[in-house]
Amino acid sequence: MSVWAAPFLPALVRREHASLVAAMLAPAVALGMAIILNLGLYVLIGRDPAAVLYAMLLEPFLSWASFAEVLLKAGPLLLIAQGLAIGFRAKVFNIGAEGQFILGAIFASAIPVWFPQATGQWIWPLMLLLGALGGALWASITAFWRVRLNANEILVSLMLSLVATQVLNYLLLGPWKDPAGFNFPQSVMFQNDAMVPTLIAGTRVNVSLLITLALSLVAWVFMQRSFMGYKLKVGGLAPRAAGYAGFSEGRAIWLSLLIGGLAAGLAGAAEVAGPLGQLQRSISTGYGYAAIIVAYLGGLHPVGIIFSALFMAVLYIGGDNAMVSANLPIAAVRVFQGSLLLAYLGAVAFVRYRIEWRRLHHLSQP
Amino acid sequence: MNAVEFIISGMLAAATPFLLAALGELVVERAGVLNLGVEGLMALGAVLAFIVVYHGGGHLLGFVAAGLGSAVLSLVFAVLALGFRANQVATGLAIGILGQGLSALFGKSYESLTVKGLPKLAFPGLSEIPVVGRLFVQDVVVWLSLAVTFAIWAMFAYTRAGLVVRAIGENPKAAHAIGYPVIAIRVAAVAFGGMMAGFAGAYAAAVYTPLWADGMIAGRGWIAIALVVFGTWLAARIFLGACLFGAVSLMSLAAQATGLDLPSQLLSSLPYLVTIVVLGVISADRRLLRLNGVASLGEPFER
Repeated sequence: MSVWAAPFLPALVRREHASLVAAMLAPAVALGMAIILNLGLYVLIGRDPAAVLYAMLLEPFLSWASFAEVLLKAGPLLLIAQGLAIGFRAKVFNIGAEGQFILGAIFASAIPVWFPQATGQWIWPLMLLLGALGGALWASITAFWRVRLNANEILVSLMLSLVATQVLNYLLLGPWKDPAGFNFPQSVMFQNDAMVPTLIAGTRVNVSLLITLALSLVAWVFMQRSFMGYKLKVGGLAPRAAGYAGFSEGRAIWLSLLIGGLAAGLAGAAEVAGPLGQLQRSISTGYGYAAIIVAYLGGLHPVGIIFSALFMAVLYIGGDNAMVSANLPIAAVRVFQGSLLLAYLGAVAFVRYRIEWRRLHHLSQP
Repeated sequence: MNAVEFIISGMLAAATPFLLAALGELVVERAGVLNLGVEGLMALGAVLAFIVVYHGGGHLLGFVAAGLGSAVLSLVFAVLALGFRANQVATGLAIGILGQGLSALFGKSYESLTVKGLPKLAFPGLSEIPVVGRLFVQDVVVWLSLAVTFAIWAMFAYTRAGLVVRAIGENPKAAHAIGYPVIAIRVAAVAFGGMMAGFAGAYAAAVYTPLWADGMIAGRGWIAIALVVFGTWLAARIFLGACLFGAVSLMSLAAQATGLDLPSQLLSSLPYLVTIVVLGVISADRRLLRLNGVASLGEPFER
């Protein structure tokens, strides 16, 4: 058989240096691929792809009012993702941010629910603090289970999220239900001082966006400039080396989960004390899960996460638009999110590897 | 029917979605791959089976569609995690989100519709025993999944194929050196796991609760992954764990029916709380985990 008969097959070969070009291109390529795939899906379910594309990715930028909603939506995603990314880099996979978010919202709501008449500008800052505490407490259960009982943090944190939803339902259908609320599962409306002050007049964008941006800067300093952040990263990249160097794995897990819980809890508090103004069943539209995607799409880097949070917020607002104008089921947003992350994970392979085309007979000789 | 009889008669059927998905994940993990997308794979299987059965395709075709659909989605995981060596945790989560999204999208126009389940087949003789006899009156899928449990147990315990899969999970480099196609076998294991998750979803939506609702899988895929740890990667123990969870989910129903004065939300979270507790108890015994655990679980294979 002549050599020409052997077909060429692609093989991934590790690069000596990670490619910076590929690292910058990966999110853009992934976005392009996700758009093509999803447009195909819209055609398949009989929607006009051009109308969906316009409503989803352009319309959010076309008016100040809708862009303000994008900023509002980006806040919690950004905050949660920054917290999660720190853990992910240390290979601590907290995927229970949804539950930590819910507990944050519950803790923050305790003040306006129990003291509806209280006044003073101390209320909303205290609510944010309590929310962060609530999220951290919920995350600490996972940390305890992981460090002391060696249980997988992915499973425990997810189960706790499902429990948190039930805790929320219990409160809203029972002790915290608004007696004057026509039996709707929601708390009383919060008084004025229990609301985070508005930042931009005429929109719902509030001061918590500034707090979130400031905390993003803190995350950047922590991960890129601090010794603790360095230890966490080393622990994630080379756990054995970190162990020999005296970096405690247990402490890294505690730290990762507490940071993730604090951030998610704060985001939950900012949501009830911000755009919602009460505790409701639908306080989260899956922020805790979407933030996992935001963290990865941002390359687990504090700056990248700012961009990916903004993009994900566009997708949410655009998805709402497309639901109205192009009759697209809102589940399409989840499909887009999932396929975007998959496309990114595929594209990012080319940062570490390059493709080499080899003849089959080479492959058969290892 | 008292509560005990209620639990005995329903336990195996309630356990079946957990069991099927967990057995699939067992094979995947034994081959050294961690696929966290089970929840989404189950959701996709559930909606596909429901749609086929609703339109009169019958349960057999429904299960085939579910198995195929979820296997194809799991192959996307295989291409990225095994071909492109992407992070298995992130890829699995993405598959989970995509699967749940697709199920909500496809199931949109079937919300709250119902189909007919499957008839129960009695095991001759045994089903006439008082009280426990009800354990032997089950639908055909339950009987088949018992057979699959036995087959997978036997495969890992006695066959060469089982040995090869285990070798690939324990030490892929060595298995490759002897000449086994590591990636191909891992891809096959992932596809099998996807198919089983699809069957599990099909059972949940088209037989067990023959009603479509978005989010109806309700964490069962995650519990199935936890079951693999509970069962310390052994099929027989996974079966016992699945029965435990079947019983727990029925207990919360039974408690609600008897008017026990407990908040229904507490009863609904019972399976999740039991998962957390049992996971802690089993994992705390590190010796047990090391004994049967998979050495290269979640690590990409490079030649």
